[in-house]
Amino acid sequence: MTEPPFLFLPRECFQALLATLAGQGFHCKGPQLHDGSIVYAELAEASQLPRGVRDRQAPGEYRIETGADARCFAWANGAQGLKPYLFAPQEVLWQAERHADHTQFHETLPQARPIAFIGARACDLAALALQDAHFLQQDYVDPYYARRRENLFIVAVDCSHPAATCFCASTGDGPAASAGYDIALAELEEGYVARAGSARGQGVLEQLALDPASAAQQDSATRQHQQAVSAQTRRLPSRNLHDVLFAQLEHPRWEEVAERCLSCGNCTSVCPTCFCHHELEQPQLDGTRSDHVREWDSCFTQGHSYIHGIVVRSETKFRYRQWLTHKLGSWHEQYGRSGCVGCGRCLTWCPVGIDLTEEVAAICGDANE
Amino acid sequence: MNNPYLPWEAEVVERVQESDSIFTLRLRLTDPEARNHYRFVPGQFNMVYLYGVGEVAISIVSDPESEALLDHTIRAVGRVTHGLAKLQAGERVGIRGPFGRGWPMPLAEGRDVFIVTGGLGCAPVVGVINYVLARRTRFGRVCIVQGVKHAEDMIWRERYAEWSAHPDVQVLLAAEHGGVLWPWHVGLATELFDQAVIEPSRTIVMMCGPEGMMRAAARGLMQRGIAPEEIYLSMERNMQCGVGHCGHCQFGGSFICRNGPVYRYSEVRELLGVKGF
Repeated sequence: MTEPPFLFLPRECFQALLATLAGQGFHCKGPQLHDGSIVYAELAEASQLPRGVRDRQAPGEYRIETGADARCFAWANGAQGLKPYLFAPQEVLWQAERHADHTQFHETLPQARPIAFIGARACDLAALALQDAHFLQQDYVDPYYARRRENLFIVAVDCSHPAATCFCASTGDGPAASAGYDIALAELEEGYVARAGSARGQGVLEQLALDPASAAQQDSATRQHQQAVSAQTRRLPSRNLHDVLFAQLEHPRWEEVAERCLSCGNCTSVCPTCFCHHELEQPQLDGTRSDHVREWDSCFTQGHSYIHGIVVRSETKFRYRQWLTHKLGSWHEQYGRSGCVGCGRCLTWCPVGIDLTEEVAAICGDANE
Repeated sequence: MNNPYLPWEAEVVERVQESDSIFTLRLRLTDPEARNHYRFVPGQFNMVYLYGVGEVAISIVSDPESEALLDHTIRAVGRVTHGLAKLQAGERVGIRGPFGRGWPMPLAEGRDVFIVTGGLGCAPVVGVINYVLARRTRFGRVCIVQGVKHAEDMIWRERYAEWSAHPDVQVLLAAEHGGVLWPWHVGLATELFDQAVIEPSRTIVMMCGPEGMMRAAARGLMQRGIAPEEIYLSMERNMQCGVGHCGHCQFGGSFICRNGPVYRYSEVRELLGVKGF
């Protein structure tokens, strides 16, 4: 099979891409500027894209700057990417209906509403593959996640302007999308170099009847990618850190980081691979029905490790250690790779600016250069 | 698609008070089809649902080959278990399961079974004891070592007496704090190992209880010649989904609800008893 050709999508034709997807029954979700942050929301018009927007990120800091240029994807990421669209932050799993002499259980699977997700980043696609492994590819399939996942169409956009917090090049997950998309775009000044990643994506591109991208356009895209790689200053060691982390369970740094960590769970809320959720009950006041709900949980909460009156991780140092040894260590045992995709969100959205790469360097003894 | 999150309805057929805070719910699935398909092995658990309150993971202690009921012995300690304690015969609950990996009963056949339990009436091994004693000729010697902190924590005294009446069954009891009515050993359960008849090559060990105790017991038994691969133990953590998705029961890289709760000692020894895991 030959490589799919590189096509050119002029900037003014982006609307045609949205229209084609809508014509195939997809609801488009895409990035927009909202309340000073990039968020993914219903995207009907290309004009809703965050044109001229840049994000400035640092540990504990996220700022938007707007310029006059035409680029719509010249930012790294916002607090959330794909995850909430598949693994819902809160959803009813089933309802128990109580009658005089019996109780009935009804499952409440989500409506299968096909979504085209526009502007997925490489880090989020890597995270998606991990969420798929967790929810779909083990002994039990999660039917709620599966229902949303089966109709997802993905238009990835290579990251051209990584933030200072990004380190996806070191984890091997970005900045360009390499797998898991239907269509991938590299944004240039005048438009997008497009490539298909699936037969569905190929079909959509064919409908748009695009011209091939010129050699100069392809060169620009390549150069831009190289710049995005070299712009990243933070990194994680690329090796499997399982053994070194578990050999350092008594390292003084755990105490030290716990003095700064608020145990707030922001890092786990924005992490695109964190899968923990708890289940809770919402009984109706009339006593006839109770909704069994699940919502995102965090290993930084007291309740996460509760068992018959005991909290296994009563102290913050144990919670931070659980999170880090799991994310960068135990994930290898569970899913054959680290659970970190280098998106840097846990640095940016940490209210006290704890830098994962710095903590790893301190604990594992590798310089974060 | 089969939904592993959705409970089946079950009826409380009988409720037995075992001690002040411990009770047994004898449950029957109300759907005959579900009842016919339901199979479990000792050591597996169900998620038991109380209407309007929530679910809790409870070990199944009844016999896997009996047509009768699914017995769940429960200690009232949290929100859900306190609510379950108030149920009466005829009331309805939900159950999902069975989940997890149970005890290696086929591997234990023909061998001496050495059981160590600690804490308050350890339900996961009660299922094993009942299973073995109901098939007495298929197993070798049975030794049951139970340790408690305070003498009054010891429930089911009659049951231990009944068990020790079986041929070739040795029951050894210890309390760290004995008191006047405690006729047995005062001290740690592991101190009783010297009184036990142990033939290492014939013995398989099954344990449940506090992790510190299990770690000490495993060491003591290995010193007496038992190989670490012959020592099995049941682990406990917060469980909410039962299917390895919710993340609460993770122990290192293992999901206890799915990969356990029964493990070979060698699989968990590194983190066993390490505070914070």
